[in-house]
Amino acid sequence: MNTSATALGAGPTVVMRRPALVLAGLLSAVSAMLMGSMLAIWLDFRSNAPLRESPDGGKMLRDWLPENIKIPEVATNTMMMTFVITCVMAQWAVYSFRRNDSKHASLALGVVLLTEIALVNAQLAVYSQMGIGVRDGGYMTMFYAITATMLVIIVVCMGFTLLALFRSIAGRAGDRDLVSAHALYCYAVSAIFAAMWLVVYVQK
Amino acid sequence: MTAIDASPSTTSSSGLTATRSTLLGAVAAYLTASDHKRIGRLLISFSAIFAIGTAIEGAILGAERISASSSIVDAGIIVQLFSALRFDLIFSVAAPLMLGLAVAVVPMQVGARALAFARSAMFGFYLWLFGVVLVGSSYLNNGGPGGGDAEMVDLFFTGLGLVIAGLLLISASVATTVLASRRAGMTLIETPIFSWSALVASVSMLLTLPVLAGALIYVAVDHAYERATFGATEGVNAWIGWAFTSPQIFIVAIPTLGVLAQIVATMTRGKQPLRAGLFVGVGLMSTAVIGAVTQSSYTVNFSGSASDILKSLIPYLFFNDLSILGVLVVLGLCLLALKNEKAKLNAAFVPAFLGVGMVLTGMIGGAVFKITNLKLANTVFEEGVLVYVCYGVVLSGIGAVAHFGPRIWGREIQSAPVLGLGLLGFLATVLASLPYFIAGFADQPAAVANGFDYSGPIWLWNSLVAAGHALMALVVLLFFALAAKSFRSGTISTATSAELFESVNG
Repeated sequence: MNTSATALGAGPTVVMRRPALVLAGLLSAVSAMLMGSMLAIWLDFRSNAPLRESPDGGKMLRDWLPENIKIPEVATNTMMMTFVITCVMAQWAVYSFRRNDSKHASLALGVVLLTEIALVNAQLAVYSQMGIGVRDGGYMTMFYAITATMLVIIVVCMGFTLLALFRSIAGRAGDRDLVSAHALYCYAVSAIFAAMWLVVYVQK
Repeated sequence: MTAIDASPSTTSSSGLTATRSTLLGAVAAYLTASDHKRIGRLLISFSAIFAIGTAIEGAILGAERISASSSIVDAGIIVQLFSALRFDLIFSVAAPLMLGLAVAVVPMQVGARALAFARSAMFGFYLWLFGVVLVGSSYLNNGGPGGGDAEMVDLFFTGLGLVIAGLLLISASVATTVLASRRAGMTLIETPIFSWSALVASVSMLLTLPVLAGALIYVAVDHAYERATFGATEGVNAWIGWAFTSPQIFIVAIPTLGVLAQIVATMTRGKQPLRAGLFVGVGLMSTAVIGAVTQSSYTVNFSGSASDILKSLIPYLFFNDLSILGVLVVLGLCLLALKNEKAKLNAAFVPAFLGVGMVLTGMIGGAVFKITNLKLANTVFEEGVLVYVCYGVVLSGIGAVAHFGPRIWGREIQSAPVLGLGLLGFLATVLASLPYFIAGFADQPAAVANGFDYSGPIWLWNSLVAAGHALMALVVLLFFALAAKSFRSGTISTATSAELFESVNG
């Protein structure tokens, strides 16, 4: 029987717009604007700091970072490298979910969670090694404000990871959208940290 | 589910109906609601209540300034009252009103089954409400910017932080609904114009409110621990004051363009020439974001050499006047559609049209304020700009509730009272704002209630402002009563889904 004349035409293509991914994009934009505004104020204060002579008397420096403060660069550089690992693991989770490999997806998300815990630990270690008080001066107050805000963003990312991990362990294999959204937010947080790391820890 | 179906929680099972029969059950249902109409109704209702309180506050401040020797309120809280008026107009009234309308209407317009991340929007509502209460408590107890009680100033920071977080959650929910929950086949350019304006406003808030939050964190940490770097209490306004003035305040008024264009589309039976122009106009208004996030005031000075004037004129036009062009584009296209189609007047059109007119007047005032030759800085002119824009939003909100209300509540609202209240609201807005445009040119100082003098009828301008605010409080109260009566016991709505859409072909 020839059905071509009577068969109904195909319906409209179902559009999967992935709301979790869109929300993660918006959350990334919010986080970027938050940290961007704090970095802008940081740079403003730094560029307007008065000039002082360097210890060797060779050049004039901005009197911004107090002389007695040493930034533990090993810990902060390790944090930056840890973020790279976080991104790779988050992408591994996406890769595994696409292949319905929930075991590896869960493992990848577990590693992401571990790296995020390590990041929080490293930030606390930075505070401990620097040994400065929040009341000690303008630089210190601003340092704690900006780094603690970054810490909160990392904790939000950690909550996102926990959600994705629980759903992965529970066998929600259809949650590709959520895992992709999680990866997107991990990339965004990494980029935001990179900007903060450059301005606060490298350029100081 | 189509756009005209009731949402899941309104077509509930008998068990839920039984629960609702008790007061506790009704309260619990509201506390845990995820129905977009219910969340929208809560936002609209609370912003209306706050609008009445804010208008009374404005009337008190106007009355306080009638005579140099008058002392209606204690001199110690005058600073707090001025600051509270600015906060309330933007964050307690205009922003939640427009977001509430978006939450209630957008899912129906885009054919979504529900608001995307509805529970986060509901959580956002509670954060906002709790934040507004905290900020109010702070102001009443000598807190807020310039406040004398350090703990209450800290409470203000906490409250403002919660308000920002709440509005961000609601904005994210609205933006995600438009971007990701549209019915199959509906492209972004085919979304109804109100939904487009809600998307633009939401994204604009998502881009600007975190900038405010960033500055707020620094100021709050500094205030709590050091009180030197950011100028302690007195320095608060220098860092976060930009969020309470132009061009940031224009962002909350973006949906007013969508409300007007949507009502016009209904009046012209969906025939809108150059429909894409409406989208461009709404988008142009969002250029206010650039001026807001850079936290810079771009002024122009018409003295000096031609190159000096040009150097200040170009950024001035870009940052202050591009958004005005957007409003003019939308207004022009709406009037063109009305002219071509010989539309029948809709009562909701009057407050919506006058609301956009007031917003436009405020925006033009904002641009005039930035011309330094006029020496309007630190005068009441800026207060006039703020009141024009925010009361314009309130007027537009009245039009929107009258237009979309039958779709949200399921019952009709009477046309004649809406028309009358719209006209009264227009009169109230002009009275509460225009005198300060004039008094600004006469150098009446901003945020000062007593001890100033200038050549002109001081008592007249301030009496008119007080009367305008009092009239606005009355208008909102009467409209609230009218809406409550109509939507509880009015005739069942026969509005069709066509009233939420306009032709995509134009």
